[in-house]
Amino acid sequence: MTVLLDNILGGLALGAVYALVALGFVVIFKASGVLNFAHGSLLLFGGYLIAVLHDDLGFAGALALAVLTTAALAGALDRFLLQRGGQDAHSAHVQTIVTIGIDIVLLTDLARRIGGDLLTLGDPWGDAVTELGPLTVADSRLAAIVVSAVVIGAVFALFRFTSWGLSLRAAAEDLEAAALMGVRLGRVRAGAWCLAGALAALAAVFLAAFPAPGLERTTGQIALNAFPAAILGGLASPAGALAGSLIIGLTEALVVGYQSELHVLGEGFGDVAPYAVMLLVLLVRPTGLFGAKGAARV
Amino acid sequence: MSDRLLHTLTRRRGRLLLLAAVLCLPPFYLDAFWLRIGLFSMAAAIGAVGLALLSGTAGQLSLGHAFFLAVGAYGYSWFAGDPGPGLPPALAVLLAVLLAGAAGGLFSPVAARVKGIYLGIATLALVFLGHHVLLTADSVTGGFNGRSVPPLSLGGFTFAESDPELTVIGVPFGAEERLWYLGLALFAFTWFTARGLLRSRPGRALAALRDSETAAAVMGVDVARHRSAAFVVSSMYAGLAGVLLALAFRRVVPDYFSLVLSVDYLAMIVIGGLGSVAGATAGAVFVTALPLLMTRYADQLPLVAAPGSTEGAVGPTEAARYLYGAAIVLVLLYAPDGLHGLARRAGDRVRRLRSRPPADPTDRPSSPQPTAAARPKEHTP
Repeated sequence: MTVLLDNILGGLALGAVYALVALGFVVIFKASGVLNFAHGSLLLFGGYLIAVLHDDLGFAGALALAVLTTAALAGALDRFLLQRGGQDAHSAHVQTIVTIGIDIVLLTDLARRIGGDLLTLGDPWGDAVTELGPLTVADSRLAAIVVSAVVIGAVFALFRFTSWGLSLRAAAEDLEAAALMGVRLGRVRAGAWCLAGALAALAAVFLAAFPAPGLERTTGQIALNAFPAAILGGLASPAGALAGSLIIGLTEALVVGYQSELHVLGEGFGDVAPYAVMLLVLLVRPTGLFGAKGAARV
Repeated sequence: MSDRLLHTLTRRRGRLLLLAAVLCLPPFYLDAFWLRIGLFSMAAAIGAVGLALLSGTAGQLSLGHAFFLAVGAYGYSWFAGDPGPGLPPALAVLLAVLLAGAAGGLFSPVAARVKGIYLGIATLALVFLGHHVLLTADSVTGGFNGRSVPPLSLGGFTFAESDPELTVIGVPFGAEERLWYLGLALFAFTWFTARGLLRSRPGRALAALRDSETAAAVMGVDVARHRSAAFVVSSMYAGLAGVLLALAFRRVVPDYFSLVLSVDYLAMIVIGGLGSVAGATAGAVFVTALPLLMTRYADQLPLVAAPGSTEGAVGPTEAARYLYGAAIVLVLLYAPDGLHGLARRAGDRVRRLRSRPPADPTDRPSSPQPTAAARPKEHTP
């Protein structure tokens, strides 16, 4: 029982971090129709900045600066590269592939700088643990759950109550109509990219915190597991991304936790379990759990 | 008019023959390093043509190409090798290609229904799950260390260092020289079948599907069937490329067939120009040869450190990746029809200049032809 609870809590923490990343995918997709393949390297960029800066600025200062810089980088990538490609559905596909090119360049550079090192981010939790009844939980996991919940709540409020959120939803609904109503698509888009970049930098903190050994060049790839999370929920649905992330996080934690019982599936199946779950869901619902069915208008 | 058509056709055929003859020469003049570059490029070109059919012509984004390459490579070494049934290698090649096609077919319930970006991520799953299987199914795949690839032999002639010993006009024919001709034959096969396919009825149907699924369906194209057929054919080309790669490497390991490889193939067709066989070939040569050449000439290039020098320096592999990452971005944003389109436009311009009287070079046509083909607006709510 304790083992199960432990695994569930671990899964929730993992899911909370995935949710930060997956929400970034969804925000970008809603605003621009692009799936951002460079998200993993944006995350790594944020983490790397924190790792480099935390000695001088302290953790909080480094985090703030890294979040802002990553947001600015994401916004600039969109504004100065992707937006040259136009706004319609076809160019969104092209821009998706452009993000792969951006990812190659960014990731190569970061991997070169990080090399084989394990960087610590200097987060305040360290390897401290808290006793919760029968459970022993790492503080970093609790922090991941709490911070994600607060941030995600704030993002949802942003969607719901601000004029930027309204513009974003209008643009996702119908680009042309939104533009005619005076929504400045370029700005809304760039804003969405900034938000996604900030979320990615924040997620880097928890992906590199205890029990993980630290930030390494492959940390960005772990964030790839948020792809299934975003797809699972339906790319255009923030609530779906949240649900998908929790499902993926729980699946991964449970598969890893009960690895000895799942010996048939081979060692290390936990790493690929999210993809197996995603394939199963896509077989049944090709646009994800919460995805719009999408009628074609001719 | 038919005279003129005939003339163009013979001229084109003559050019092709000339090209084929030139491509037969390298084994007599170049050393193994260059032959290996050529070999890898040809294998990559075969795979890239397959992906170009799927992503360029049928408009289905696939990041799962590495998986099908792996199926071809491992399929061949299992069918022809030990452990495995140890079949005659030629038969094993055929079976490996069919196996890759079958793998594509198994995926078709997803491929036929899932669209666009969703399909891209779904195929991502293939790469990760496939990599996992390659690592865990030790008895078939050899696990982390992979397995060695038995050489191909056709009617007593082996594509390896010896057996029989062979020397042509004073040039000893080792594995690279022999495989060069094998690769050339397989590539020619790919070139003609793919071009034929593109111009045939199914090829037109696929292009129609890409431009507008609804319109294609109204015109009588069976959407689901064509989408899954495109997937099967594309994975068969990937399987063939995998076999050739396996023969060139002589050993297959799981880590080679990772997401990076899939992205490489995507880069090839993007840089070359989506949806054209010639473009995919050019892109394949570019992406394959660039890192190898940069590694070889690292000490003579500015800003590039020799391989294995101090950590943090820009090594040749990294420099190559910077270059082709940037190439993807630049090509897509500034020349969306890729190398193929650039070459065509350059050719057009030369022809225009030639056909004009050379007297007034200032009076150039102000607007060149519209670059990207105009595309009907898609409605996706």
